[in-house]
Amino acid sequence: MAEFNLPKNSKITEGKTHKAPAGAKNVRNFRVYRWNQDDGKTPSVDTFEVDMDTCGPMVLDALIKIKNEMDSTLTFRRSCREGVCGSCAMNIDGQNTLACTKSCDDTKGDVAIYPLPHMKVVKDLVPDLTTAYAQYASIKPWMQTQSPAPSRERLQSKEEREKLDGLYECILCFCCTTSCPSYWWNGDRYLGPAVLLQAYRWIADSRDEMTGERLDDLEDPFRLYRCHTIMNCAQTCPKGLNPAKAIAEIKKLMVERQG
Amino acid sequence: MSDSFRTPLGRVRGLGSAKKGAHHWWMQRVTAVALIPLVVLFTAYLVMLTGQDWDVVYYVLGRPTAALITTLLVVALFWHLSLGLQVVIEDYVHDEWIKLIGILAVKFACIFVGGACIFAILSMAIGG
Repeated sequence: MAEFNLPKNSKITEGKTHKAPAGAKNVRNFRVYRWNQDDGKTPSVDTFEVDMDTCGPMVLDALIKIKNEMDSTLTFRRSCREGVCGSCAMNIDGQNTLACTKSCDDTKGDVAIYPLPHMKVVKDLVPDLTTAYAQYASIKPWMQTQSPAPSRERLQSKEEREKLDGLYECILCFCCTTSCPSYWWNGDRYLGPAVLLQAYRWIADSRDEMTGERLDDLEDPFRLYRCHTIMNCAQTCPKGLNPAKAIAEIKKLMVERQG
Repeated sequence: MSDSFRTPLGRVRGLGSAKKGAHHWWMQRVTAVALIPLVVLFTAYLVMLTGQDWDVVYYVLGRPTAALITTLLVVALFWHLSLGLQVVIEDYVHDEWIKLIGILAVKFACIFVGGACIFAILSMAIGG
């Protein structure tokens, strides 16, 4: 059944408070989810009092400052710090987004930071994305053709290339997928918005010749049709993309090829 | 993390695509669109017949136009209902047996109640 209660051992307790250095004038509280599999404890939320006068503007800057200066055991993923790699996707102030492009000033009061929702947690803010990556691999995200390989580039008109706008920008941070209630309930079989947007990216590519086979693989009550246009995906995407629209385009093609 | 040595990709690929679902999704939309005029017309009949005598209601609903509209309404309504409830059950029920029994119960109930409605309409239209 759908999970309406937290599983046992998931009740979040109050964690440690890390005080700001004496004399700090501009202090913000960062309330950060903590869990690791080694100490056998239930998850807790630690409070970090961060001196914003000596901190960069983004939430990721605050997390790095916390790790450098307050608690080096805090674990999170980050790499590019400019919204291109998708590593630092997490739930900030109740919304899935990238810590590196989310300004601390865009949140009010204490800044609540949790891992991406409804994924297994590896440690602290690091979710286990194994299944999501396997789902991405399952849609064969590479160009597939029947024609013999050309001796030069595969050509594409300007209009054909424009069809990939709003799709190719996806960085696979899985903010959308983990914001989708349908993925929470049926994530083992539903591919989720991120992977479906990627699937459509190859369906929409004029150079790909396996469109029909791609649609065949997606036509399934669970893989595709668990999307109930809840639209959380479009609401939360930190890159401003619209996975719900890409899914709707796939559904339109499914009907189009029938008659 | 997992109770099996199956690879993540093997688990995700699972039993493969059912290669269906488009028809279910499309019919849900088609019946939804059909229900718009049918519900409006049926509501108009309800308003018109409110407070009328039993004999008048019986006679009007037995006329061919009313009988056709109500029959189509019942078909579209229970078809739509059964498609929609099936999706709800698939969403929330993860035990395969309970899911199967639930979906069958919904289908049988929709056919039974819808069939009873149509029988009632036909008896007004033909039975006199």
